[in-house]
Amino acid sequence: MDNLKQSSNPETQELTGAEIFTRCLVEEGATTVFGYPGGAVLHIYDELHKQEEVDHILVRHEQGAAHAAEGFAKSTGKVGVVLVTSGPGATNAVTGIADAYMDSVPLVVFTGQVRTALIGNDAFQEVDTVGITRPCVKHNILVKKVEDLPLAIKRAFHIAGTGRPGPVVVDIPKDVTEQSMVFSYPQDPDMRSYQPTIEGHAGQIKRAARLIAKAERPIIYSGGGVISSNAHEELTEFTRLTGFPITNTLMGLGAYPGTDPQFIQMLGMHGSYEANMAMHHSDVLIAVGARFDDRITGRLDGFCPYAKVIHIDVDPSSISKNFRAHVPVVGDARKVLRALTDELRDGKYTMPDISAWWGQIGEWAKKDSFAYEQDMDGEIKPQYVLDQLYKQTGGDAFVTSDVGQHQMWVAQLYKFTQPRRWINSGGLGTMGFGLPAAMGVQLAHPDAQVCCVTGEASIQMCIQELSTCRQYGLPIKIINLNNRYMGMVRQWQDFFYDSRYAMSYMDALPDFVKLAESYGHAGMKIEKPKDVEPALREILSLKDRLVFADFVTDPRENVFPMIAPGAAHNEMILS
Amino acid sequence: MRRILAVLLENEAGSLSRVANLFSARGINIESLAVTPTPDETLSRMTIVTFGDDRILEQITKQLHKLVDVVTVVDMTGQNHVEREMALIKLRLRDEGSVDDLQRVNKVYRGRIADVSALCYTSEVVGTSEEIDAYLAAMAEHEVVEVVRSGPLGIARGEQVLSIRQNQ
Repeated sequence: MDNLKQSSNPETQELTGAEIFTRCLVEEGATTVFGYPGGAVLHIYDELHKQEEVDHILVRHEQGAAHAAEGFAKSTGKVGVVLVTSGPGATNAVTGIADAYMDSVPLVVFTGQVRTALIGNDAFQEVDTVGITRPCVKHNILVKKVEDLPLAIKRAFHIAGTGRPGPVVVDIPKDVTEQSMVFSYPQDPDMRSYQPTIEGHAGQIKRAARLIAKAERPIIYSGGGVISSNAHEELTEFTRLTGFPITNTLMGLGAYPGTDPQFIQMLGMHGSYEANMAMHHSDVLIAVGARFDDRITGRLDGFCPYAKVIHIDVDPSSISKNFRAHVPVVGDARKVLRALTDELRDGKYTMPDISAWWGQIGEWAKKDSFAYEQDMDGEIKPQYVLDQLYKQTGGDAFVTSDVGQHQMWVAQLYKFTQPRRWINSGGLGTMGFGLPAAMGVQLAHPDAQVCCVTGEASIQMCIQELSTCRQYGLPIKIINLNNRYMGMVRQWQDFFYDSRYAMSYMDALPDFVKLAESYGHAGMKIEKPKDVEPALREILSLKDRLVFADFVTDPRENVFPMIAPGAAHNEMILS
Repeated sequence: MRRILAVLLENEAGSLSRVANLFSARGINIESLAVTPTPDETLSRMTIVTFGDDRILEQITKQLHKLVDVVTVVDMTGQNHVEREMALIKLRLRDEGSVDDLQRVNKVYRGRIADVSALCYTSEVVGTSEEIDAYLAAMAEHEVVEVVRSGPLGIARGEQVLSIRQNQ
C-alpha cells in the first residue's frame, strides 16, 4: 500500500481529511499534540497511529490537554496543539481554552464534531462547540467539507500565533475526516479581515520620546505582551538606556531580570510596596504589553493620579479600556521598543536626572515588604520553601504554579532572570493549571529542571495527570505547599469575613506520598524547617523521576502586602 | 448618547452571532441591528444602533475590529449621513370616516397603504426613526394592532463609500 502511494503522482493523489490533518500539522511544524481520543476523532487517531512525524501525548482529562499545550506554548513561543473529541471532549477543554484566551496563549484546539448530517439533531456527543467557545476564543471555525480543511488549519495557526496571540478552535465533523481530495497546503492564509498592526506609528513614538525625556518620576510597567512578542532584550535595553525603574506584572515576570537593581519587583494586589508606591506617585507611566487589569490597578479613580500614560500594545482594544492612555502606541512591543530606543538615542533627547526619584524609591524599598521570618523550631513557612527552591535552582528552573497564595509567593520570591520560565494562570486564575502545564514544559524541554509549585487544593483539580507523567516519564518536581486550607480563600475570609472559614478547610486529604507512589512516582513528606533544605537538594537531584514533595506548612500564613479590592496603590496592607 | 455604526464583515455562518455575542459579553445593548449581504456576496453589511458614551463607543469599535470576521467598522454618528428606517403598521381605524385621517397622515409622512382588509389597514412608512415615531403618535387615536420596524439603515452622504480598504 505504501509503495502504491509513493508511485502515484502526488499532485493528483487524493488524501482523506484525517490524512490531510496530519499533513497540515507537519507543514506547521506542530509535531507535539496533546489530546484524548473519542468517537468523532477516531479517523484522525487512526492516522496519527500510522505515522511518526507527529507525537501525540495522551492526557487523562481534556482540561489537562489544554493546559499542557499552554505550558508547551508559553515555554517555547510556539503554537500549542490540542486534539479532543466532540461533546464532553470539547466541553472539558473549555476551561483550558478560556485560560489561554485570558493569558493570550497561542493554541490551536481541534475538536471532533458529529457528522455534518447530524449537526443540530442532538446527536450522541454533540454540542455546539463553536457556540460554546465563541466568547473565549480569538477565533473559531467549523469545517463543513474537506476542501475547506487545509485553509482552516492554515488560518487557525496564523491567527493563533500572530498579533495578540490566543486560542483558535477548529471543529471538524467526523465525515470531513473521511472525505478525500487532492491535497495542497496553502502558503497564504489570505485574510482581508485580519491584519494586526505591528509597526508603531512614528509620530506616536516621537511623542512618547518627548514625554520620557521630560519625566521626573517615571516608571516602566511591563506585562505578558513583552514575553509574547519576545521583546525582553529590547525591554532590557530600553530600561537600561533610560535608567528608569521597572516593575513587571504577574504575567510579565522574567521579561526583565528579577535580580537587576532597576527592577523594583512585581506590582499590583500582592506587589511590592516600592512598586505600588512608585506607580502611585509617578508622573510618566510607560506601559508595555500590559492591560491595566483590576488586580494591577486597584481602585481606578485612585490609580496613578499624577501620571501621563504611554501605552504600547499590539491590541488596540487593550488601550484606554480601563485607564486612559495619553500616548497610545499600537504595535508589536518588540518593534515599538526598538523604535523608541532608536529615537531616544538619536541625540535630540537627554535622559532626565531622576536621582531624587530613585532616592524616594529606595526609601520605600526599605520596608522590605516580601520579608518573612522562619523560626527553625516552628512550622515551615511557605516562603522559606520557595526561597530555598530559588537558591537551589539558581533561579534557572522552569516554574509552573497553580492559583492562590503559593502562586503569589513564587511571584514575589523567585527572581526570574529569563522570559518563558514562569508559567502560571494569571487572567482566568485556573486552579489545576500547574501540573498539566508542567507536563507541556517538560516535554518541550526534556532536560530542564521543571518545578510545579502548588497547594493541596489546586493539585487535586488535575491530579489525574500524574498518570500521564508516569506514561511519558516526565521528571517534574511537585512542590506542594500543604497548609490544609484553600489559602487565598481563607486569607480573604480572615480579612473580610471575620475569619469565618466557610468551606475553605481541606478535610479528608489523601496521603500524597502514597498517592504519588501508587502512580509509580516518588513521594516525600517534609514537616520540619530544618529538613526543607536537604529535602529540596535531594528532590532536585533526582533527574529521572517525578517527585511529589509534600511540605506541611504554617496554615495561618498570609500573603503581604495586599491591596484590598476597592483600595488604591497607596493603601496597602503591609502585614 | 445614540450611536450608529456601519460594519462590513465576512458573509459567513456565525458572523452575526459573533457580533451579537460581543455586545452582550461586554454588557452593551443593541438597540437595532440590520444585516444583509452586499453586492459582493462574500461580505455582509450591518447597521447597528446602540447607546453609550465616547469611552464605551471607542471600546466597542475596537472590539468589533478585533473580531476576525470584521473587515471595516465606521462610526457614522458624527459623520454626515443619510438614515432611513422602514415600518409596517397595522391599524384598526376608529370608524370608516377615519380613512381620510389615515391618508392625511400618510401624505405628511410619505406613508402608503400596503394592505387593506375588512377590519385593518396596513401602512408602510419610510423615514428617519423620529418620523416613524411621529407617524405612530399621529395615529394614536386609532388602534395600532401591530408594528414591525427594520431598524435604521445608514449611508454616508457625498462621495464617501464604506469599503474594505477603510480599516481604521
